[in-house]
Amino acid sequence: MITDHDIVVLGAGLAGMRAALEAARNGTSVAVVTKVHPLRSHSNAAQGGINAAIGEGDTWESHAFDTIKGSDYLADQDAVEIMCREAPADVMEFEHMGVIFYRNAEGKLGTRAFGGASQARTYFVGDITGQALLVTLYDQILKAGVKVYEEWFATSLYMEDGRCRGVVALEMITGELHLLRAKAVINGAGGVGRLYEPSTNALICTGDGYGLAYRAGAPLMDMEMVQYHPTTLAGSGFLMTEAARGEGAYLLNSEGDRFMKTYAPKMVELASRDVVSRSEATEIAAGRGIDGNVLLDLRHLGPEIVLKKLPQVHEMALDYLGLDMLKDPIPVRPGMHYMMGGVKTDANGATQVPGLYAAGEVACVSVHGGNRLGANSLLDTIVFGRHSGKHASEYVKTVPDSKGGERLLKSEQARISDLLARPYTGETHARLRLELATMMDKYVGVYRDEAGLEEALKKQQDLKKRYASVAVGDKGRVYNQALTFALELGYMIDVAETIIRSAILRKESRGAQARTDYPQRNDAEWLKHILVHFRGDKAPEITYLPVTITKWKPEARTY
Amino acid sequence: MEAGGSHVLMKFTIEVGRYNPEGTYADDAKQGAPYPAPWASSPPRRYQSYEVDLPEHAVVLDALIEIREYQDESVAVRCACRSAICGSCAMWVNGHAHLACKSKLQEFTKDGKTRVESPPSMPVIRDLVWDMKPFWDNHRRVTPWLENKPLPPPMQEYRVTNEAMEELIQEVTCISCGCCLMDCESFAVNKDFMGPHALAKAYRYAADPRDDETQKRLGEYSQQGGVWDCTHCFECVQQCPKGVEPLEQILKLRRMAVNAGYTHNAGTRHADAFAESVKHSGRLNELTLLPKSVGFFNVLGQLATLPSAFNMIRAGKLPPIIHKTIPGVKRIKAIFDRVGGRFK
Ligand SMILES: Cc1cc2nc3c(=O)[nH]c(=O)nc-3n(C[C@H](O)[C@H](O)[C@H](O)COP(=O)(O)OP(=O)(O)OC[C@H]3O[C@@H](n4cnc5c(N)ncnc54)[C@H](O)[C@@H]3O)c2cc1C
Ligand code: SF4
Ligand code: SF4
Ligand code: FES
Repeated sequence: MITDHDIVVLGAGLAGMRAALEAARNGTSVAVVTKVHPLRSHSNAAQGGINAAIGEGDTWESHAFDTIKGSDYLADQDAVEIMCREAPADVMEFEHMGVIFYRNAEGKLGTRAFGGASQARTYFVGDITGQALLVTLYDQILKAGVKVYEEWFATSLYMEDGRCRGVVALEMITGELHLLRAKAVINGAGGVGRLYEPSTNALICTGDGYGLAYRAGAPLMDMEMVQYHPTTLAGSGFLMTEAARGEGAYLLNSEGDRFMKTYAPKMVELASRDVVSRSEATEIAAGRGIDGNVLLDLRHLGPEIVLKKLPQVHEMALDYLGLDMLKDPIPVRPGMHYMMGGVKTDANGATQVPGLYAAGEVACVSVHGGNRLGANSLLDTIVFGRHSGKHASEYVKTVPDSKGGERLLKSEQARISDLLARPYTGETHARLRLELATMMDKYVGVYRDEAGLEEALKKQQDLKKRYASVAVGDKGRVYNQALTFALELGYMIDVAETIIRSAILRKESRGAQARTDYPQRNDAEWLKHILVHFRGDKAPEITYLPVTITKWKPEARTY
Repeated sequence: MEAGGSHVLMKFTIEVGRYNPEGTYADDAKQGAPYPAPWASSPPRRYQSYEVDLPEHAVVLDALIEIREYQDESVAVRCACRSAICGSCAMWVNGHAHLACKSKLQEFTKDGKTRVESPPSMPVIRDLVWDMKPFWDNHRRVTPWLENKPLPPPMQEYRVTNEAMEELIQEVTCISCGCCLMDCESFAVNKDFMGPHALAKAYRYAADPRDDETQKRLGEYSQQGGVWDCTHCFECVQQCPKGVEPLEQILKLRRMAVNAGYTHNAGTRHADAFAESVKHSGRLNELTLLPKSVGFFNVLGQLATLPSAFNMIRAGKLPPIIHKTIPGVKRIKAIFDRVGGRFK
């Protein structure tokens, strides 16, 4: 079936829904396509909060500086300025829309402190900030009458005369393919955490949005910048919040040593995320880990702190490992957490493909550079979600209606039918996915070097070949998840290539890119972005862009 | 040192309620009816058993993922976060609503197996994937957004106390999983009932000091299908994985409605009559026998019920509406006490 809208938004996380709301407010007809119900989006997971320089004595400049320093000077400073200047109004707007933010004694919004920030400027709702924002926004798009196609899985973008004109999507409940034609598409399809094992991300974070945009001709930028969080639970990879270390938890190696003393004598466990992750990885590699983990010890904090201030992590360790933090140290390790790179956009959310916009984790406006600060990501989704909604709704006024698309719909139908009909040769999406994800963690994780990255590329190319014979183990039409998992794996394999190739090229250490063979940051040669362009069967093409510096000159990054 | 016992593998048997509208089933899938099979419109399923080796602390969802990835790709199950945040994996585990990702296999293994299926009170799409349309329809029925009071000056928040906000946070922790609705005994027999989750949401907006339509809302929520149709069966409190305690929000809403003058409406009937008739010791199957004759869809006058409930609690008895000795009894007492506090 073919349906027409002015704008189709791909993804219903915070970025997608914020974009949809803005476009609807501007009088355009908007539809949101999402592979899960909007409230199941990964934005739910965010606990900590959202940053904005609202409080007295705080300034957007201070927020911007912290962000830029945190980014290891790879963020584009003009974009950071926009985000930090506009943050207070955007957070206020969410308050006006109904978010139950924490209040101080005067009844005003109250803050908590967060890593890497020189001031307490994180606004929050208990430990469910993401969920609270997401629910409120969902209710707002219902109010605004935005059409939601939920449990519709996007399989490709529709291009017409060089412009992006819609999305082909699989309606999971019927198995039917649809073309949602539009004058513009806003991509808010979220991150790609599941490309790594373990990861703190939901199982649905498979990078579909990167894959779709990349194949449609939009370059991906700074893909080598993959954030690891130092404390994820052994096995599952669940996030053990930074607040645990904030409250005074120790990290121990197998010899019972508080090893962070050697790596960061001043800050110890409270050094920045990338520093702690690297230290843990070093300990584990040196044989002082325990089954690939180190220990997070909260025993000395006592029940008062653990049960009152960290109830959720206490419960998780108990639920998923059977360990009581009050009595046992718990095994943790660095785990993939966030993707700083993404579809390159300008501050309006426009990508290099006309008619295609992007916002949220899938996009790279370049506000996080080499290392994102906690609580800046939610902010990124709503500020740039709003901008892309606004600019897309202006852009669509200049675009004529589309009449085409049947051919694409037919060829997509044929592609899916072929995939379903493919005979079983022993390759399954699950096994390939696991191989891919553990390989990425091993070679393209916390530490990288030339040899490992080359090995990763070889392995990725090999997996790409094997992927061509993955069979779908379910031949039905109704809610065929084996089919969508197979499609997701395709996106993940593409994204892996862009990450590995960028990491090979960047011969320096900056933020999340820690090259043991190039341990120093090298501003003379590498103060620039790496862009990867899809070139069909050939290797992708690489281009570079200078980093936009406004008033903050790069300096050494010490905490 | 042992890393959390994660290497100790145990064998678990999972019996999965299969339903496939296209009619294809494995040969060894046995015909069966949902447990305990009360729901006329619930289609017959086939039950298929799988064995999985998993760490001893594994949850039901781990088993389902293991099955789906390495044994049978055709098992359909919704899940995303695996950590009780996203609300996707609600299903029936051994005959009650649970999040698969929060249900430990060891605890749920009964007679050597754990049985999972889609809830029989809801339409089913495929296997464990049930149709949430009734849930979202109800969600929309309560006008789930703020109808703002005049906005504060630019760049300023509404000045409200933190206590007023904390009062609402219990509902905001709702992950929209649907566990409450799928086991709600009123909803099971009365498809017009808005259901626990929606009414909890209704409270969240009605009680928000920033909302301008409280009066109108209370009128709407007092209509047929609204707050007076709850039968206090307590299932929503029992099954909610997040402590939302929808019944508590419903009781608070009733109190607001009464204060606003919505006492004499078509939906209100005498509570004790209901309480006496619904002496269901079991679950839905017995309930379904009752409603048409008794017509208890719109029972429970707030004023009549609560005082008697309090008296009984004070007298050391449970309110008659609590029909089972259940582990949550303490919690319902606490709810009545909390809400009761505001009645005095
Ligand atoms: C555990 C954890 C804690 C975090 N805590 C914080 C925090 O405290 N503060 C902070 O600022 N950030 C935090 N983050 C980061 C932040 O939560 C995310 O970066 C952000 O929510 C991403 O939002 P999004 O809108 O871009 O994407 P998502 O919320 O991931 O939404 C993606 C949407 O795209 C849809 N989609 C994807 N592919 C397809 C397809 N093929 N077809 C159709 N639809 C598709 C999905 O269905 C979904 O609706 C945290 C992250 C994690 C993992
Ligand atoms: S207490 Fe009321 S709302 Fe809750 S499950 Fe029972 S009937 Fe439904
Ligand atoms: S109230 Fe509880 S059970 Fe009901 S939808 Fe919300 S979280 Fe789920
Ligand atoms: S998978 Fe998210 S709640 Fe269970």
